[in-house]
Amino acid sequence: MAKTLYDKLWEDHVVHQEADGTALLYIDRHLVHEVTSPQAFEGLKLAGRKPWRVSSIVSTPDHNTPTDHWDEGIKDPVSRQQVETLDANIREVGALAYFPFKDPRMGILHVVGPENGATLPGMTVVCGDSHTSTHGAFACLAHGIGTSEVEHVMATQCLLQKKSKTLLIAVEGKLGKGVTAKDVALAIIGTIGTAGGTGYAIEFGGSAIRGLSIEGRMTLCNMAIEGGARMGFVAVDDKTIDYLRDRPFSPRGEVWDKAVAHWRTLHSDAGARFDRVVTLKAEDIRPQVTWGTSPEMVVGIDAVVPDPAKEADPVKREGMERALQYMGLNPNTPIQKIAVDKVFIGSCTNSRIEDLREAAAVLKGRRVAANVKLALAVPGSGLVKRQAEAEGLDKVFVAAGFEWREPGCSMCLAMNADRLEPGERCASTSNRNFEGRQGPGGRTHLLSPAMAAAAAVAGRFADVRDVL
Amino acid sequence: MDKFVRLEGLVAPLDRSNVDTDAIIPKQFLKSIKRSGFGPNAFDEWRYLDVGQPGQDCAPRPKNPNFVLNQPRYQGAEVLLTRANFGCGSSREHAPWALLDFGFKAIIAESFADIFFNNCFKNGILPIELPADEVAALFQQVEATPGYTLVVDLAAQLVLRPDSHGIPFKIDPFRKECLLNGWDDIGLTLRHAEKIKVFEEKRRAQQPWLFA
Repeated sequence: MAKTLYDKLWEDHVVHQEADGTALLYIDRHLVHEVTSPQAFEGLKLAGRKPWRVSSIVSTPDHNTPTDHWDEGIKDPVSRQQVETLDANIREVGALAYFPFKDPRMGILHVVGPENGATLPGMTVVCGDSHTSTHGAFACLAHGIGTSEVEHVMATQCLLQKKSKTLLIAVEGKLGKGVTAKDVALAIIGTIGTAGGTGYAIEFGGSAIRGLSIEGRMTLCNMAIEGGARMGFVAVDDKTIDYLRDRPFSPRGEVWDKAVAHWRTLHSDAGARFDRVVTLKAEDIRPQVTWGTSPEMVVGIDAVVPDPAKEADPVKREGMERALQYMGLNPNTPIQKIAVDKVFIGSCTNSRIEDLREAAAVLKGRRVAANVKLALAVPGSGLVKRQAEAEGLDKVFVAAGFEWREPGCSMCLAMNADRLEPGERCASTSNRNFEGRQGPGGRTHLLSPAMAAAAAVAGRFADVRDVL
Repeated sequence: MDKFVRLEGLVAPLDRSNVDTDAIIPKQFLKSIKRSGFGPNAFDEWRYLDVGQPGQDCAPRPKNPNFVLNQPRYQGAEVLLTRANFGCGSSREHAPWALLDFGFKAIIAESFADIFFNNCFKNGILPIELPADEVAALFQQVEATPGYTLVVDLAAQLVLRPDSHGIPFKIDPFRKECLLNGWDDIGLTLRHAEKIKVFEEKRRAQQPWLFA
């Protein structure tokens, strides 16, 4: 029988199955950061348990670390304690790789794993972080887990799971100029809603997805969780294999050849049945900007802020009204008339080399507008930063008026010092526009790196297609 | 983990869809390395008029009188009633920890986000999905009736209203057993330790690149 990619990945990891279908799935890769692991390490210790297989662990602090003045260390004592706790825990139990604060390979886990070849096709990848779905770009079963599950994986190398339903999202055709993976992700969420993928594992397919780079596929899979699906993935193709060749933890020699032969089977078979299929036309997708406090509240750059009065569903209408009040916006305002106070280019969604290149292409020879108080460029990892500097991108950002920072999660969730003040409006390449996400009272608009750069230059949202 | 068998508790209504885990417990409180003590900061940005800091005594902070959970009639609530897609966003287990520490033992909603839903079971909280019309009726009754309580009977898989209307709900048999008995997942899984070892060795032989 024809199988979906999800069927293949699932079946390859079932250790045991209960009568009601609850399965014990084997976990190949466990990514560990400082925020969601301390209680798990403590629980393990209190129960007198040892980690099952420490060579499955790849770890780095990312959420709390500052992005400037690294010479001064971590000034916030509570943040510092959390990072030092991770240091101590990893020192005690061990790991395949640990990149501590200030290490040249430190960065956001979802950037660090793939660029080091620690994320390989066919793996189950888990992490106490919902954006673990990112690793689905390599045909992995990758999803976020809670801290109790972090402890469970450490103790047993397994996770209790029920099989999800399958949703194929096919994007067919060719993306227009200035339209990126981020716009595809936001357009999908705008179509299916933030709960549209709940209970599903999403496979992204279609010619437009095959046309995306690996970086672009990571951006897309990263946002699967914003569409309600814990995981989203893309089949293996030549791009996947080319990306992984010669990475530090990628296999070599004969083992590489054997691995590649296996990886080539990681796609849905012709005729495989999905529980649901959603199809989008690439040509219909315009550069996207969110206007509200949920990623599904999104429109094209040439649109206006929607009018709640036109919404028939009373619960939805109230949600829209509340969002507009929080965002300080009036219905029917053209998106391009909305001015921004800050610009953030970074996060596990959009901080890879390709993202920085796209933003720099817009910024080259231009300046950040006078009304923009702060424009931050935060590379996803030390390796991305060095690559960008080798290409001279840092100079482009700085010449335009951006601050060029050290890697980390930064203003995506504002656990460190990078944040919005109440009422400030931000053009952000991150993944969540929830109330208070980038700082209490802060107003977040999600968009692509190229669109963020265009907004920085114009001082308001602008159509990147006009400046490319 | 505490057992969950039957609960009769005061109900508090949170009439919103898409309540995300950033709202349930804002990021600054995630810096704690403990599992406990998050209750005073549950819904911090909605509950207080100032910006909360970790480690701060919340008693003297100015409370937002308009936030529903601050109303005297809902103090001591153990059942949270809300709308669709509750718990969306981040995987932070601090969200169910905060709700549990606040006093909630059961959450009734039209739907839940997957990771949050899963995290509830690991902490002895019962998340109950009910049809939208039943949820809407519950909202009407709660708001109209001070001191409104519901009985949640896990064994019978039934939510019982004061007017004796019973609403059945679904739950995976495995999860139900775990909650009823207060079982620790890790202990359960380690009963299969031999099976895991055999699986792992076979995998190591077939796909050695996964074990670098």
